[in-house]
Amino acid sequence: MEFKEWSGFKSGEWQEEINVRDFIQKNYTPYEGDSSFLEGATQKTKKLWDEVLELYKKEKESKGGVLDIDTKTPSTVASHEAGYIDKDLEEIVGLQTDEPLKRAIMPFGGIRIVEKATAACDKQLDEKVEEIFHKYRKTHNDGVFDIYTPDIRAARSSHLLTGLPDGYGRGRIIGDYRRVALYGVDKLIEEKQEELEILDVDNFTEDIVRNREEVSEQIKALKELKVMASKYGYDISIPASNAKEAVQWLYFGYLGSVKSQDGAAMSLGRTSTFLDVYIERDLQNGTLTEIQAQEIIDHFVMKLRMVRFLRTPEYNELFSGDPVWVTESIGGMGVDGRTLVTKNSFRILHTLENLGPAPEPNLTVLWSTRLPEGFKRYTTSLSIKTSSIQYENDDVMRTTLGDDYGIACCVSPMKIGKQMQFFGARANLAKTLLYAINGGRDELSGKQITPKYTPITSEYLDYDEVMEKFDVMMDYVARIYIKALNGIHFMHDKYCYESLAMALHDGDVIRTMACGIAGLSVVADSLSAIKYAKVKVIRDETGLATDFEIEGDYPQFGNDDDRVDQIAVNIVRTFIKKLRKHPTYRNSKHTLSILTITSNVVYGKSTGNTPDGRKSGEPFGPGANPLHGRDRNGALAVMNSIAKLPFDSSEDGISYTFSITPGTLGKDDEQKISNLVSMLDGYFAQTGHHINVNVFDRSLLQDAMDHPEKYPQLTIRVSGYAVNFTKLTREQQLDVINRTIHERI
Amino acid sequence: MENNDKNNYVNIHSFESFGTVDGPGIRFVFFMQGCHLKCKYCHNRDTWKVNSGTLYSIDEIFNKIMHYKNYIYPNGGVTASGGEPLLQVKFLINLFKKLKKEKIHTCIDTSGMFRITDDIKELLSLTDLVLLDIKHIDDEKCKKLVGFSNKYELDFARYLSDNGIKMWIRQVLIPGYTDDENDLLRLKAFIESLKTVEKVELLPYHNMGKFKWKDLGLKYELENVQPSTNEDVEHAKKILGI
Repeated sequence: MEFKEWSGFKSGEWQEEINVRDFIQKNYTPYEGDSSFLEGATQKTKKLWDEVLELYKKEKESKGGVLDIDTKTPSTVASHEAGYIDKDLEEIVGLQTDEPLKRAIMPFGGIRIVEKATAACDKQLDEKVEEIFHKYRKTHNDGVFDIYTPDIRAARSSHLLTGLPDGYGRGRIIGDYRRVALYGVDKLIEEKQEELEILDVDNFTEDIVRNREEVSEQIKALKELKVMASKYGYDISIPASNAKEAVQWLYFGYLGSVKSQDGAAMSLGRTSTFLDVYIERDLQNGTLTEIQAQEIIDHFVMKLRMVRFLRTPEYNELFSGDPVWVTESIGGMGVDGRTLVTKNSFRILHTLENLGPAPEPNLTVLWSTRLPEGFKRYTTSLSIKTSSIQYENDDVMRTTLGDDYGIACCVSPMKIGKQMQFFGARANLAKTLLYAINGGRDELSGKQITPKYTPITSEYLDYDEVMEKFDVMMDYVARIYIKALNGIHFMHDKYCYESLAMALHDGDVIRTMACGIAGLSVVADSLSAIKYAKVKVIRDETGLATDFEIEGDYPQFGNDDDRVDQIAVNIVRTFIKKLRKHPTYRNSKHTLSILTITSNVVYGKSTGNTPDGRKSGEPFGPGANPLHGRDRNGALAVMNSIAKLPFDSSEDGISYTFSITPGTLGKDDEQKISNLVSMLDGYFAQTGHHINVNVFDRSLLQDAMDHPEKYPQLTIRVSGYAVNFTKLTREQQLDVINRTIHERI
Repeated sequence: MENNDKNNYVNIHSFESFGTVDGPGIRFVFFMQGCHLKCKYCHNRDTWKVNSGTLYSIDEIFNKIMHYKNYIYPNGGVTASGGEPLLQVKFLINLFKKLKKEKIHTCIDTSGMFRITDDIKELLSLTDLVLLDIKHIDDEKCKKLVGFSNKYELDFARYLSDNGIKMWIRQVLIPGYTDDENDLLRLKAFIESLKTVEKVELLPYHNMGKFKWKDLGLKYELENVQPSTNEDVEHAKKILGI
C-alpha cells in the first residue's frame, strides 16, 4: 500500500501489513538528551485549562460528584453529537457526549448499575431506556446471574472473591489506537474483511461462528468511528497527514472506545514514541514548532483527563477517585538496544508541569537501568514534584513481551494490538486461610461458605496442619474462581463485546485469564507467626475461630528476611499452579497479579482477625505491600522483599506502593533526584516489577483532609494508579496517611 | 550478648537500608552498639551500652550489605555509624577489606575521640570518607558537654588532613551550648586549616531522642533547651561561612 500521507517515512513491512512496531522501529528518533528543549504552556492552553478547572469545580460540587448525565442515550461509538469545551481554543477535539464532563449511560454491562448510579445523582433514567433494557435487551449482568452457581454466589457474597466484573465492563483491553492514525480506518476495515474471508470454512464450528460474528461487529464499529469523526469535521478514512492529525486520529480511536465501553480500566497503550515520528517529521519540514508540538500534546492530555464514567457509590468505594486508568506507557528500551525514549516521551510527562499534577492519564514509565540518564533524571524530578508517576520493569517485561507492549490498568503488560486479557479481579487469600482453619465457615458470619471441610480444633495452630488445610482450601478457591471467570467472560463477550477496541487488534489475538490475589502479606505473616511464634486460637461457642493470640516474635514480610519472604513466594507459585489446573474460557492463558488498587481497604473490612495479629476490619497492605508498620528495616528492605516475588508466576503484575518524605530522599534537589534514580535502578535490578513513587510529608495530607479546597490538584499514587487525594473517601484517606511513609528522624 | 571475637563479631543496634544523609548517595548504614562518650544531647542514648544489641558475624553483615549492592553501587555506599564505630576497629578493618574488593564506597561516622593507633591507620586507609563530628571547639566546654577533651578529635582531623583522607565536618548546633559566635569563628578557623574537608554540616539540635533517656530511667539534662530553629541554623551558617 502507499499513501501520500506517508511521504518522508522510511519504508518497511509496515506498508505491507498492519505492523505499527515496524513503522516505529524504521522511523523513530531516539533521544538521549535532557529536558531543556521543553516549552511551557501557551496562552491558549492556559485559558482552556482554566476553563476545564472551572468545570472540575462545578463537577465536584454537584450531587454525587457528577456534573450531568445524558439519561436518554445509551452510548455507542457514534451515539452523541459533537461536544466542545471551547471550540476556538481546542487543538484536539472530541468529547464522550455533547457537553464536557456530561456522563453517558452504558447499559450493556448491566441496567441496574446504571439505574443505581443515576439515582445516586438524583437523576431519573429515561423510561424508554429502562423498558428496552429490562424487557427486550439482555445485558452482561443478566447473563452472568443466569449461570452463576450457588458456590460462586456464596464465595462472592462472603467476599472470598471480590470485585468480579459481573456487573460492570471488564476493561483492561487496549486498542492499538495508533493504527487509526497510521493506516486510516478504511484500510483497517479492509484488513478485517480479509479476516472474515479466512473465517469462511467448511468446518463451521462454534468458535468460527463466534469469531465471524465478532469480526463483523468490529467492522461495524470501525464504520461508526468514521461517522463519529465526521461529526467533528474530520475524515479519518485515510491516514493522518501531520502531527496534529496523528494525535487527533489516535484520540478519536480512543474516544470511540470510551464511548462504547465503560470498562474498569480503559488504557491508552504506548503512543508517545509513535507520535514523535510525526512530530519529528513536521519539525524537520518546518511546519511545526516545539511550542506547537507541546501545545498539541497538552491539549490531548487535557482530553484524556476529562474522560468520565458513570459509577455507583459501591464502585466508588472500591476504586475511588473516578479512575479510568488511561494508562500511557512511556520509554523503555528496544530489543535492538536503542532506547525507545523520544522527545515526545518528555513532552507527555511535561504536561504534569504545564497543566499541573493529575491522576490521569496514568503515566507509566517503563524503566530500564539502561535508559538515558537525562530521561531518568527528568521522570524522577517529576515524581518528586508531583507524585504522579509509576514505574515498571522494562528489563523484565521485554524478555517475554518484546518492545511494543503496554500496560493496561495498573500493572498488566500486554503486546499492543496482539494480546488482550479477561480481567479477573482477585481472590481474598487471607480469608482463604481463615476458611482453612474454620473448615469453610466464614469467620464473621459463621455461615458455611464452602463444602464442609474438617476445621482445625487444636488450641495452638500447627504449621504443617495449617499448610495442609490451606492447600486444600486454595484448591477449592482456584476452582470456583476460574469457574466464575469463565462464566463472566463468556457473557461479556456475548452481551458487551468491545467491538471497537478489538477492531484495533490482530485477528489472531492472545488472551490471558488475569486472576489476582489480595492479602498476600497478611497470609505470609500469618503463616510465619504460626511457624516461628506460637499462635493460640480463640473460638466462640460454636467452635468458630474468631481471634488469635500470638506468643513471641516472628519474622514479618517486608524486612528482606527469607524466612517469611519465601513463604510469600511459595504462596504465589502454589496459587498460580492451582489455577492452571482448571481449563479457561477461550483457552486463555492463566496469569496472576498481586494488586489490590484501593480495594485493600474494603477487603480488610470484610475479613476477620487473622493469625498475624491484624485485627478484624483493618485494611490489608495494598498490592504486594507489607502490612503498614511491619517493615522496620527501611525502604530498601521492603523493596528486596517484594522483588523476590516471582514475575514468571505473576505475569499480570506485582504492585508496590512506596511513599517517602522529601527530606528522607535527600537534602537538596540534586541529591533527591540522584538518590531516586539509584533507588529505581537498584529495585529493578533486583527484578522488582512495579513501583508507585510518592514523595510527600504526612502533614501535607493531613492538611489536605482538613482543607480540601486548598489542594484541588493534589495527586498521590495508590496501588497501580493515581488519585486526586481529595476525592478519596475519608477511610481511604486515613489508610493512605496511616501507611508507612518512609521517614528519618 | 557477649562474644570475645571482636575481630569477626559485632554488636549492632540497628540497620538503615536507605540512608541518604550519612555520606554521598544511598547508604547502607549500620549502627554499632557502644559509645564511650557521654553527650548530653545524644539522640541515640540506647546505643551507649557496649555489650547489648544483636550480635552479628562479619559474614552476616557483609551478606546483608550485598543484598543492597544494586542500590548503593556505584553512587552510594556503606556507612558505619553508632554508637561509636571506632570502638571496634579490627572488625571494621576486616569488613572494609571485603567491601573494597567489591569496590563499595566506605564511610565512618565518628567523633574521632581516639588516639591514632596502627589499627586506626589501617582502617582509615580502607575508608573513603570520614564524617567527623566535632563536639566542641572549646576544650573546657567540650568536656562539660560530652565528658571528654577535644584534643583527640582535633588531632584526628589533622591526621585525616595530612593523609589525604576526605572528611565531612559536622557539629550539632545546640542553643546555649555550641552556638556562641566566638566558638563558631574558632571552629571556622580550624576547618580552614584542614586540607581535605569536602563539606561542613550543621545539624540542628532536636529533642526527639529524649524519650529514649526516659525509657532507660535516666534524666535528660537538656530538658529546657529548645530545638534549634531554621534561623538559628542560618545564622550559625553565616558565621561559619557555609
